[in-house]
Amino acid sequence: MADVDKWVYSNIVKDHFMHPRGFLVGAPKEGEFDAEGEVGSPACGDIIRIWIKVDKATDRIKDIKWQTWGCATAIASASAFVEMIMKNGDMKIDEALKITPTEIAEYLGGLPSRKFHCSILADKAFKKAAENYRANQ
Amino acid sequence: MKEKNKKRIYLDHAAGAPLDKRVKKAMEPYFMDVFGNPNAIYKEGLEAREALDSARGTVAEVLGAKADEIIFTSGGTESDNLAILGVANEVKQFYGAGGKFASLRTDKTGNSTEVKLSSSSSPSPHIITTKFEHPAVLNACKVLEKSGFAATYLDVGKDGVVNPKDVAKALRANTVLVTIMYANNEIGTVQPIREIAKVIRKFRKAGNGKAISGYPFFHTDACQAPGYLDFNVERLGVDMLTLNGSKIYGPKGSGVLYMKRGIKIIPMMHGGEQEKGLRPGTENVAGIVGFAAALALCEREKERETKRLTALRDYLIKNVLNKISKTSLNGSATERLPNNANITFLDAEGEAIILYLDNEGIACSTGSACNSANLEPSHVITALGKPHEHAHGAVRFTLGRNTTKKDIDFVLKVLPGIVGKLRSFSPTSII
Repeated sequence: MADVDKWVYSNIVKDHFMHPRGFLVGAPKEGEFDAEGEVGSPACGDIIRIWIKVDKATDRIKDIKWQTWGCATAIASASAFVEMIMKNGDMKIDEALKITPTEIAEYLGGLPSRKFHCSILADKAFKKAAENYRANQ
Repeated sequence: MKEKNKKRIYLDHAAGAPLDKRVKKAMEPYFMDVFGNPNAIYKEGLEAREALDSARGTVAEVLGAKADEIIFTSGGTESDNLAILGVANEVKQFYGAGGKFASLRTDKTGNSTEVKLSSSSSPSPHIITTKFEHPAVLNACKVLEKSGFAATYLDVGKDGVVNPKDVAKALRANTVLVTIMYANNEIGTVQPIREIAKVIRKFRKAGNGKAISGYPFFHTDACQAPGYLDFNVERLGVDMLTLNGSKIYGPKGSGVLYMKRGIKIIPMMHGGEQEKGLRPGTENVAGIVGFAAALALCEREKERETKRLTALRDYLIKNVLNKISKTSLNGSATERLPNNANITFLDAEGEAIILYLDNEGIACSTGSACNSANLEPSHVITALGKPHEHAHGAVRFTLGRNTTKKDIDFVLKVLPGIVGKLRSFSPTSII
């Protein structure tokens, strides 16, 4: 018999998807974040928005939150990306910008190849948020 | 992480139904006891032949057809391809070789079959289908377009029901085949097959200027129909009809193409004389016996199941639409299969919904791109004229023989929480 617990994605993806962390509920409060970035479209089926709060003096990310409309990997990769940034305390923006889709996929224990290109959008939304932050400084 | 003994609620019968245990019982003797090749003339062969003939008789009776009009295949996809490519390859010879089609006109009475190879600007043979067919039909038509055929893909309107008048308008002198599904596999909308058949018969009889007399033929993919709809071929007025065993509680890898006497097709495979040479290869005796048993059961239980499932379906649809905001039914509420509820949940994505439902023990499917290999959203939902986000949030529940009200109540219990959770971290509309 097949393994009844087998899932279409890795268990890490499943965990992030079923129990996503670091997302924002509802609209952000006034002054809660310094910048936001959004990528994706209804046509492609995934939209992700990332908010960041940055320590001006050190350029370190004090807080980062996400919202995603999309499939399991889109949700899981947003959750994983934010966790990668926050797990060791406040990461510098430049450091966070170096995180690649491949690293996110690896952090998640791998993704199906057809999902790789379309659903890892968190890094791109973050890049936009960082650009918006820099533009306003 | 999943509880191993959690009860599963299977609501994806349009994708595949479990084998009915009565069908399994009917098939059992044909694996080991009756194993002969039905084409052999000794006892073992004759026993297998008898089973085959009996199954063919059963299928013919249910369809209101003659036994020699039944071709056993490996399933719906093969039957669709055999019908479409078979007719197309047959008419190709009238139009000349090498993809350069020459016009073939009939005389005023429509009886001439004289071939007149014309020069350059000759019209191509033409096929009519719809935008929301099963890929087995759509992709077969696309292949023909590449080899010089013309194809019309009819709109299906916002209700997902083809207008016979649109078929009438699309018919051309060179139309050789019309293929329109009986009930859509994603949204369950039922097409007016009898009315379309009438339109085609009228056009065929008119004769004047028709490229080849006797054409066009009318094929319907009726894979989702057994058990719910009338598929007597005489009453429907179709020339060809596709059925699939795995949708009717029969074995996977079994199917039928009904083909009216007098129609000529070129087979896709070449081999022995099985199935009149149109589908060569040693017959799948157990599969064929199972198919016939499954079809007969569907017919026998049709009235009762239709009544029971229509009530359950409407109960599900009504409560989902009432309990959960920003939801809508895809396709006509009335012209639809008794077992199909296809509902769009805006601001939540279909694959995410089905995986959360799976975790609760519920199996269903989605029209979202994220769930397809080509990453395109459902061509069926977009054919209704709905924007992409509707397709991405579309979830199909297809009920079946084992579905109970308790199952539906469980779905209604967990679904609002799942959709609410996904919407809570969706940026598309913060609620």
